[in-house]
Amino acid sequence: MGPDAAVLEARAINVWRGERHILRDVSFEVHPGVFMKLTGPNGVGKTTLIRVVCGLLPAESGEILWRGKAVRSASEQFHTELAYLGHPNALKADLTARENLRFLAGLRQSLEDSDIDRALDRVGILSRGDLVARSLSAGQKRRLALARLLLADARLWILDEPATNLDVAGVTLVEDLIAEQVAGGGLVLAAAHQRLLDESPITERLELS
Amino acid sequence: MWTWLHKFASPPHAYRLLGRLAPWFGWPALVIILLAAWWGLVRAPADYQQGDAFRILYVHAPSAWMSMFIYVVMAVAAGIGLIWRIKLAHAAAAASAAVGASFTFLALATGSIWGKPMWGTWWVWDARLTSELILLFLYFGYMALRASFDDPQRADRASAVLAIVGVINVPIIHYSVEWWTTLHQPASVTKLDKPSIAIEMLYPLFMMIVGFQLYYGWLLCRRLRAEILRRERNATWLKEGI
Amino acid sequence: MRRANVSAAAALVFKRDLTLALRRWDEVTQPLIFYVVVTTLFPLATTPDLAQLRTISGGVVWVAALLSSLLALESLFRSDVEDGTMEQWVLSGQPLAWLLLSKVAAHWILTGLPLVLISPVVGTALGLPFDAWGTLVLSLLLGTATLSVLGGIGAALTVGVRRGSVLLSLLVLPLAMPLLIFGARAVSMQMDGDSPAGPLQLLAAIFFLALSLGPLAMSAAIRISVES
Repeated sequence: MGPDAAVLEARAINVWRGERHILRDVSFEVHPGVFMKLTGPNGVGKTTLIRVVCGLLPAESGEILWRGKAVRSASEQFHTELAYLGHPNALKADLTARENLRFLAGLRQSLEDSDIDRALDRVGILSRGDLVARSLSAGQKRRLALARLLLADARLWILDEPATNLDVAGVTLVEDLIAEQVAGGGLVLAAAHQRLLDESPITERLELS
Repeated sequence: MWTWLHKFASPPHAYRLLGRLAPWFGWPALVIILLAAWWGLVRAPADYQQGDAFRILYVHAPSAWMSMFIYVVMAVAAGIGLIWRIKLAHAAAAASAAVGASFTFLALATGSIWGKPMWGTWWVWDARLTSELILLFLYFGYMALRASFDDPQRADRASAVLAIVGVINVPIIHYSVEWWTTLHQPASVTKLDKPSIAIEMLYPLFMMIVGFQLYYGWLLCRRLRAEILRRERNATWLKEGI
Repeated sequence: MRRANVSAAAALVFKRDLTLALRRWDEVTQPLIFYVVVTTLFPLATTPDLAQLRTISGGVVWVAALLSSLLALESLFRSDVEDGTMEQWVLSGQPLAWLLLSKVAAHWILTGLPLVLISPVVGTALGLPFDAWGTLVLSLLLGTATLSVLGGIGAALTVGVRRGSVLLSLLVLPLAMPLLIFGARAVSMQMDGDSPAGPLQLLAAIFFLALSLGPLAMSAAIRISVES
């Protein structure tokens, strides 16, 4: 594997929140074709680690490397290859589903209407495309947020509890999307409580304690 | 050189070093301030124009100087903390704020005391006093922003951005206030400026500035030590004894 | 799919904010009404005599514009930070400063510009003569635009702080005092028959300084605010 192969690496990440030493020397590697599942009890720091990896939260010490380069110094390049889905759906209540995708995913990629429709269809809410986000159910909002991932054209997906508010079919959708992303040479790092591709060969685990 | 800086910036070393430095600032400060005060307030001859009232200049002008100086130091320290992520720098900025605000208040109070015998009013919209007042607002804003966050990291970083924005604005504020006062009094000198005096009468002034600087150094050592204690209160180096 | 470039992204942000504002346009009109109400306070507090009001008309209009703009700016970033949109912007791979500048520009067009456009009417109610209209409008154009940038920095720093609007005013008003001095004085100079070119040029210089450095400060402040 070449030196700038698409590998995500975390080295000795330490984070304090006020006085609590939340993350202690956390290190891991995610290679292409792998779904890295982050597990651990509530409050152990999964979301904190995810935000550090994305570059939203600086760590006291330690490094995040993407393609061998420190993310801190090459952040714009890192962010063009990263798609992040956090706890909030990042939806504007007064915009329709289509508009939400156009105005957010459109910041990264120039989108045609057909791209947006295809994404909405893949997550199963094409018929809701012209409804304002306020009138979508919690599950539909989460699906809309997933649609944004599809439009990001990103090698690396970082997800925080992606299956929140989703029914059984929704959880299957998330598993399918992750499997497709990984099959195409992508990487997925996700914090998840629930069963998500637990038996699959593509899954590796990182348990925080 | 960087290893030295990082070593100095580590809390246990800084704590010890500051403890040893403090008396070297403190005692000279006390002596020089008392000396300058006696010289200016007692020994120097009264001005023929303003009489004894102008003696307050010996406290007013150095305070005003310190208020500006400390704001710049605060902004530079905050900037260093922000860019190079050195916690000690943020602590230095935090420790300086109240001191700077106090000097600003002292400048305003002494300016007001000077004004009363001269013009009969406790306040006058003079260029320097108005600038000092706005500087006081900037200090208050900085301290208020710091106080509004529970998370100390966010408090440090947000107030650092504010301090940098403020320090860029300070020259603009000064110039605009100068311009604002001169339009009404085209030929007048700043009202609270020093009267035309011989150079010997400036010696106590410079001495007082030096005294105040040393006093600030002493205060900074002590407050910075207190900040370090506060921030590191759960750290092992403290529990193991200093 | 092609990568979007910066100007396309900034244009999307601009369009989005205009779209959102038009769907909630009561939020857009409130600062304007506040502006008119505040200017009414001054004659009520002092005198109905237009000749006397004339001397302070420039200053009163300016102070009211300052306070109304600050009111409008307080919620500039709140909704985007709360619903997670802002952290997506930080991670979008586009220069954050440009996205924020675009947002501030949209906000100014929706709140600052209307203030400026009705200021001659409000000024006239305070005795401002017709020949001072041009200077009033020009000074307020530059002033409110600069204030949008300064207020944007303050709003970015105080996002999520409880009682943030008071804190925002405390932070931004001292920084805005030079604007007030030059802007209000330009209007009085015009009324006295002097040329207001000097203060207007200074206002323009401050505006360009704010425009070039402001978005960087806003970007730093936003990154700090979305950490938690």
